[in-house]
Amino acid sequence: MATYQLTVNGQRKQVNVDPSTPLLWVLREDLKMTGTKYGCGISACGACTVHLDGVATRSCVVPVSMVGNRPIVTIEGIDKDPIGKVVQNSWVEKDVVQCGYCQSGQIMSAVALLKATPKPTDENIEESMGGNLCRCATYVRIREALQNASRQLK
Amino acid sequence: MRAAMKLQNDLHLNRRSFLRVTSAAAGGLLVSLYFDLPLTTAQENQPPTKVYPPDAFVHIRPDGKIMITVNRLEFGQGVHTALPMVLADEMDADWSHVVAELAPAAEVYKDPVFGIQMVGGSGSIAHSFQQYRELGAKVRAMLVAAAADRWRVTPDKCRTEASVVHGPNNQTAKYSELANDAARKPVPEKVTLKNPSEFRIIGKAIPRIDSRAKCDGSQKFGLDLDLPGMKIAVVAHPPVFGGKVKSVDDTEARKVEGVRDVFEIPLVKGSGVAVVADKFWPAKQARDLLKIDWDLSGIEHPDSAQLWTKYRELARTRGNVAVTLGDEKLIDQIAAANRIVAEFEFPYLAHAPMEPLNTTVRFDGEKAEAWVPSQFQTMDQMAIGQVLGLKPEQVTFHTEFAGGGFGRRAVIDSHVQREAAVIAKRLRGTPVKLIWTREDDIRGGYYRPMHAHRVEVGIGADGMPSAWRHVVVGQSLVAGTPFEGMMIKNGVDETAVEGTSDTSYVIPNFHVSAHHPVVNVPVLWWRSVGHTHNAFVMETLIDELATRAKMDGIAYRRKMLKPEAKKLRAVLDLLEEKLVVWRNKLPPPGHALGIACHESFETAVACAVEVSIENKRPRIHHATIAVHCGMAVNPLTIESQFQGGLGFGLTQLVGQGAITLKDGRVEQRNFDGYTPPYIADVPVNVDVHIVPSTDAPTGCGEPPVPVISPAVVNALAKLTGKRYRTLPLVSI
Amino acid sequence: MLVNRKLLLKALLFILAVFATRLAVTTHGPVENETIKPTVADGLAAWQDVYSVLISPRCINCHTATSYPQQGDDRHRHFANVIRGRGGRGVPGLVCMSCHQDANADSTGVPGGPAWHLAPLSMKWQDPNDRPLSSADVCRAVTDRSKNENMDGRALLKHHEEAALVLWAWNPGRRPDGTMRTTPPLAHAQFVAATRTWVEAGTPCPPAK
Repeated sequence: MATYQLTVNGQRKQVNVDPSTPLLWVLREDLKMTGTKYGCGISACGACTVHLDGVATRSCVVPVSMVGNRPIVTIEGIDKDPIGKVVQNSWVEKDVVQCGYCQSGQIMSAVALLKATPKPTDENIEESMGGNLCRCATYVRIREALQNASRQLK
Repeated sequence: MRAAMKLQNDLHLNRRSFLRVTSAAAGGLLVSLYFDLPLTTAQENQPPTKVYPPDAFVHIRPDGKIMITVNRLEFGQGVHTALPMVLADEMDADWSHVVAELAPAAEVYKDPVFGIQMVGGSGSIAHSFQQYRELGAKVRAMLVAAAADRWRVTPDKCRTEASVVHGPNNQTAKYSELANDAARKPVPEKVTLKNPSEFRIIGKAIPRIDSRAKCDGSQKFGLDLDLPGMKIAVVAHPPVFGGKVKSVDDTEARKVEGVRDVFEIPLVKGSGVAVVADKFWPAKQARDLLKIDWDLSGIEHPDSAQLWTKYRELARTRGNVAVTLGDEKLIDQIAAANRIVAEFEFPYLAHAPMEPLNTTVRFDGEKAEAWVPSQFQTMDQMAIGQVLGLKPEQVTFHTEFAGGGFGRRAVIDSHVQREAAVIAKRLRGTPVKLIWTREDDIRGGYYRPMHAHRVEVGIGADGMPSAWRHVVVGQSLVAGTPFEGMMIKNGVDETAVEGTSDTSYVIPNFHVSAHHPVVNVPVLWWRSVGHTHNAFVMETLIDELATRAKMDGIAYRRKMLKPEAKKLRAVLDLLEEKLVVWRNKLPPPGHALGIACHESFETAVACAVEVSIENKRPRIHHATIAVHCGMAVNPLTIESQFQGGLGFGLTQLVGQGAITLKDGRVEQRNFDGYTPPYIADVPVNVDVHIVPSTDAPTGCGEPPVPVISPAVVNALAKLTGKRYRTLPLVSI
Repeated sequence: MLVNRKLLLKALLFILAVFATRLAVTTHGPVENETIKPTVADGLAAWQDVYSVLISPRCINCHTATSYPQQGDDRHRHFANVIRGRGGRGVPGLVCMSCHQDANADSTGVPGGPAWHLAPLSMKWQDPNDRPLSSADVCRAVTDRSKNENMDGRALLKHHEEAALVLWAWNPGRRPDGTMRTTPPLAHAQFVAATRTWVEAGTPCPPAK
């Protein structure tokens, strides 16, 4: 067991956990923030995506001991980000979700794309979102919602 | 839960009563259970006489919000929005005030047709549309009666709109004001439903009401449940189905901080080892440290290569007869030049819903409480009760939102729930959440079975089939289960041949038979069930025949359809209309159009795709769909079901979409070895066109799935000249 | 006079002994200015050893000719559709560092090292069909200073000896299934020694076929 100071959505949190615990499970069980999801545990599906120091990161494979003082932003806090808010609203406007389980990760990845590429092409979207799995296959509306969000960003 | 509390007293599951039901003509999911007695014959075509008390379905809150209880699991199909729409419309509720919840397990929430509480067979709207309309109309009538009383007028002088009753002299009363009085009114036995032209909500493209919560992380799924004092459990399962624990060394496992207990548990078949810990990560670490000596003797060790050899052999012989029309032997007399002989192979498929399987149970010795993202509430509740020595009604069963299901959460043996109950029994008093990891899920069985087909088609001088002999080989889904009596006829499991045996094509000298090998791999219905492979075979063969006859694919199909195949004709017409522009412009070089149509669960679908080949894989640029599902309750949801269903259907077509076994062990572990479609694998654009209709609504959950793979393969045949008959397509 | 003679003899013997010792040390110690330079044949043989490491999975999986990295001893395409992107670091939303941190994460099975990224296309050691290039072709690629970030022989040696991502290959961590990843066919020290011999031989390349 070790103690870690984490900055999550702008707030300081302290946890006492096994250093090998993936950040995903620290968020979900120690901090009771279940918006970030467990889908596979090997970074193959993207449901666990958070932002670590601004980089879209698959929290299921990052042990908490490797986080350091990099600030963490999760789906619960992304609406404080102007781009995050636009993306979430666009997702609702376009009625993207079905079961919804993958969408936290989809949104976090989409925000990372739009921060780097405000006007993504279809190809950009397909590449950046290419590793986010959706078994309901809401991909058609994900594309639409991303383009819609992009149009709303100056 | 308020509704559950009230109903606990009402519930009684009469041990003599059938939970029944009957044949839906198009196959679908049939259920017939006779509690504690072996199944004999079910009574056909007897809809239940059921009274559904409105107060179990609608609660008008003092603040004006209207809570509608949905008798289904919400796992993506949108029923959490759609059934409230139906009720709210007849009730004349203000839609912006409507909120919804998922019903716990209780008698009144059973599917009116299937007789158990469940989601499956694409039946949510189809079976509850009328039910929810009547409920809405009854509540409205009671509100109007209360207002009429208050104003001393007759009810017929009142009208309702957006949660307000209006009297003949400009009196108004909000529903929330009338609710208490209305609740005391007698529930009318008969109600007048709206004329569809009066619908204000039904038929509109209403956005889902669970969207926001699913976009901001606040939506809780089964896996997210947190209860005071809750423990987490994982189970080590045998590497071969049915294996047993011989011995286990848990020394290292118990050293992991946070581990509470390690013990052997019985499984539905064989045994495993449960690890209980304070949190998931220590439970998983501890499980990885277990040294288990498995007894794998006395059970079959299935091997895919060996199974294929056996299946191919069986496909060359006549099985149990499903259909026999005309002369079965005629095909043998047809010259080879006028005959197609086609062999198809379909592997095991995992459902792999995004949310891994989980179940939470608390048992205090006398009663239990369970939280399950379940497609099969009645069965699961019963199973938990059985394990704990309780009657089902002693198990308070909450339905949680599920991260997908596709059939995986409707398991006849409720194996996950039984594991959880066994552990809860040992932990008495402490709630335990059992989690299946993704590896458990991919390797844990309950797959869409593997199938081999062998089809011989004789072709007449007019290019139409003159004879058709078809053998299907695949495990039965229901043999040995309570569902057997209903779904196996003459030794043929209907779910293995649906899509072929019930084809709407007129085929002379049509002979279909099936073999159901017994294999040590648990199998289960996978979204659209038998249609997944049967539609592929039918629609690729029809396409091949059309090409040989030098006829357009749509025209050929029209010629082959039975006159009474009204829905299929309608979708072919609509598709053709929408394709005119597309077809008049030649597709760009390297692109081709592929077509398929199919009816399943009483919904007809016709699909056209524009495909090219990129990096040896099919690239689907565009899909156009025409669908006839009767009255469209929510066109926005229907569109999403078809866009999504096409994508889901591609699981069986794309790169690594196969579960294989070697020496009894499943070879895949996770999404790195079993790869479902990602965004690049599915059509970029999907246009959905709905045939306008006032017929009773039919389902859209499963009908999208069967058409996409044959449509794509039919397009590929135009590009490469090859007919692909083994799925998945590894490389073109 | 006898005592003086004995003394003189002892002194002489002592001086002789010292001189003999010095002679012995000189002939057996390292001789910087008298290295025997490896022959071209030595260098080519050493190169084969170097090549055997470069085309082993831990190295060649990131030296692809395609838009994607590989993984595993069977060198299949990396899962989750990760791609090269600009600079070989992935694409926004799915950069290498979305999963790969500064060190191996053995508890979750993801390898890691400082600034995990793909070798540039100029450093590809495979053809577009994922087949390793020949010894001659890889040698030429590695020694082409217009393509190898301007590294001469010394720099290549230092790279093989010290670069973090190179060293990673000998400490590649645990896979998600709990087994350890395999290491290249030579130990790191042997790899460095072979590189040194090859560099000192003038980095000769086998003739192209």
